[in-house]
Amino acid sequence: MTPGLAGFMVTGDEAVWDDVLDEMLAALAGAFEVVPDRGGPASGAQGKVPAGPRRHTWFDTFDWRLYRAGLFLEYVAAHRGGDLVLTGGSSASQQVTGWRTTRTYLAEELPDGPVANQVAGLIYPRALLPLVTIASRTTVSRLLNADGKTIARLLIERPVIGEAALPPRVAIAEVRGYLGQARRAARIIALTPGVEPAPDAAGAVQPASAGPLLDDALAAIGRRACDYSTKVDAKITAGMPAPKAVAAILLALLDALEANVDGVLRDTDTEFLHDLRVAVRRTRAAIKLLGDALGLSDADHDRFAAEFKWLGDLTTPVRDLDVHLLGFDAMARQLRAAKGDDLVPFRAFLEERRVREVRLLARGLRSQRFGELMRQWRAALGKIAGRSAKRGGQALTAGELAVGRTGKAFRKVSRNGAAITPDSPPESLHDLRKRCKELRYALEFFAPLHDKAAYSAVIGDLKKLQDCLGDFQDTEVQIEEIRALAAAMLDAGAAFGGSTVPAGTLLAMGELTAGLAESQQAARAVFESRFAVFAGPDGQRHMAMLLGGNK
Amino acid sequence: MKIYATYNIKGGVGKTTTAVNLAYLAAADGLRTVLWDLDPQGAASFMFRVKPRVKGGGEAIIRGQRSLDGAIKGTDYDNLDLIPADFTYRNMDLLLDKGPEAKQMRKLSRLLAPLGEEYDAVFLDCPPSISLVSENVLHAADVIVVPLIPTTLSVRTLDQLTEFIAGFRGHRPEVLAFFSMVDRRKKLHREIVEELSAKRDGVARTPIPAAAVIENMSVERSPVAAFAPSSTVAKAYKALWAEVCELPA
Repeated sequence: MTPGLAGFMVTGDEAVWDDVLDEMLAALAGAFEVVPDRGGPASGAQGKVPAGPRRHTWFDTFDWRLYRAGLFLEYVAAHRGGDLVLTGGSSASQQVTGWRTTRTYLAEELPDGPVANQVAGLIYPRALLPLVTIASRTTVSRLLNADGKTIARLLIERPVIGEAALPPRVAIAEVRGYLGQARRAARIIALTPGVEPAPDAAGAVQPASAGPLLDDALAAIGRRACDYSTKVDAKITAGMPAPKAVAAILLALLDALEANVDGVLRDTDTEFLHDLRVAVRRTRAAIKLLGDALGLSDADHDRFAAEFKWLGDLTTPVRDLDVHLLGFDAMARQLRAAKGDDLVPFRAFLEERRVREVRLLARGLRSQRFGELMRQWRAALGKIAGRSAKRGGQALTAGELAVGRTGKAFRKVSRNGAAITPDSPPESLHDLRKRCKELRYALEFFAPLHDKAAYSAVIGDLKKLQDCLGDFQDTEVQIEEIRALAAAMLDAGAAFGGSTVPAGTLLAMGELTAGLAESQQAARAVFESRFAVFAGPDGQRHMAMLLGGNK
Repeated sequence: MKIYATYNIKGGVGKTTTAVNLAYLAAADGLRTVLWDLDPQGAASFMFRVKPRVKGGGEAIIRGQRSLDGAIKGTDYDNLDLIPADFTYRNMDLLLDKGPEAKQMRKLSRLLAPLGEEYDAVFLDCPPSISLVSENVLHAADVIVVPLIPTTLSVRTLDQLTEFIAGFRGHRPEVLAFFSMVDRRKKLHREIVEELSAKRDGVARTPIPAAAVIENMSVERSPVAAFAPSSTVAKAYKALWAEVCELPA
């Protein structure tokens, strides 16, 4: 509904909704004259009150960024054009034309306006996807004072999704200059049994949030909010047999992987591929760190490990291009000698190359090889997860496995890191980064078993070290890639109208690599201090607390 | 934001009914509109069922202690708000009569300026008489709409007003007079309307007839176009509003 209104939901069983509304209207009639608003929508100069039939479609990113921030974005279709309405923590609305409820929108595709201003930064680089559409009919009544003056409007909205009715929404729309009366009406509504939520104790009028209605609409189509997360969300306990726990972790990763395939194939936004790659990397790390606990044959173990490596490699070219393109503007801004325009051919080259690589990636993800990998991996994990626990003997538990493998990974990081000196080659830092990733994954896989505070402390220390190592290696990789791309651009001179690549472009690319080299040196300079924090007395204590306090 | 004022030195010529109906029609055209009822009698406020009272009194607004924005009330109509009258407006002359003379004349202008962000059209319903209030209104307005009863004397009043405005330095409002309360059965009315409409610039082609429906406004407490949209008077006000809109910006 229109933001800035006091909003309520009718609760309880569908059979009582009409009774609840009748009771509410009777209570209001005790304080005001309640008359139908036959004049249609009218609301003073402050904004329109919605009346009549409307269609609402909610939008959010695949990882529910708006919902998690307490925001709800609806597109409300009107006769001509429609409105984007944001409710929740902050509210805004914006008229849009040509908006479609069947397509996705990237932040940069949103038409300028107050809603776009509030959500663009939050969703970038993800796309807004249509979640669910409901139809609703709103009836408007006027609440009159003793002079017959309209002091507020009462809106009763009855939403339906398909054949199913959803709980009615009730709202009070304030008429300017009559806030006290609107609050009075809101208090009366709040006191009606079967209506919630109420205004706060001070009688403040709360905006009508779309949250509860969205939850109901999602339930009606068999979904729930936040049904996707980038976190490893396996249902494991410390006492469960280790093979079952590892299978549960890997099944959760497989779910995450498969959930992203469609978005990658449609190329909806770059983060589908990013998340898919994270799921693959985690899977590969889990097979390496914990795979022996699954009890797979050596042949199966090696085959799956090899197949997931293939999958990871398949996704690398597109992601590398995405990284360049996502950071392109920021890189271009850092140019000092060259002009931003010099990089236009480079960008065009990257985009053109990406189109080709996406096609190859899609072919891979539609291949029989990929389908078989998903099917066989799920079957193998399902078999282990469903296996009954061994009788007798001392079977390893998930808790024991977590302590053993996490401790081992930590010791490896500490040992390798301590051996690095200012003269060590870059490869030693790259190798340490891999060990840090393994430790990070081990921590994340078993997160439900750890004490939350101890877990956060260890992750905090590790993350700072990883950021530094990541910057060091990524800049190096980017430098090498830009050099390779420059060579490829020269080879593909035909792409520039048969002429050679402009000298300015190559110079600008050279300047980019110089900037990246500076960033790499900066990352190298802080490595020792970051590592000292992670592996020093405090870091050791944090890890000891984590492993000692296993639930 | 464009500021319209209905003004005549004489009372009872149809200033308030004109302000109420034109403001309603401006809002119906989609203009974000506010009507300021400057007459302490509060007839325009009454028409919109709003109590003729401003929190803190008119003095707080004129002195700038309270913003005009805080006094605004929503009417029952889309796009149309009202700043109600207050009985203390009877002393507005005394409140305006402070500070250097040049500034006294432009106090209302300054008070209205912030409304430009929120509104497209402001209507000022001015009390009768020549006073500091009416001078302020004439300086603030872009268009002065002058209701005239078809008599020889009222034509003289229009001349005096036009001369007075011609003496303004800088900003001068457009003046559009129209014949109000016209009784077609009276020969004198017919003659004056026909002669002046044809002969004189600044007189609207559309007269507003004397009609019971206008008197009913105070019973219905709403603009004619809202409760009798197909009446002759409603149509006449629409034609008059169209003429007002035609005036150069």
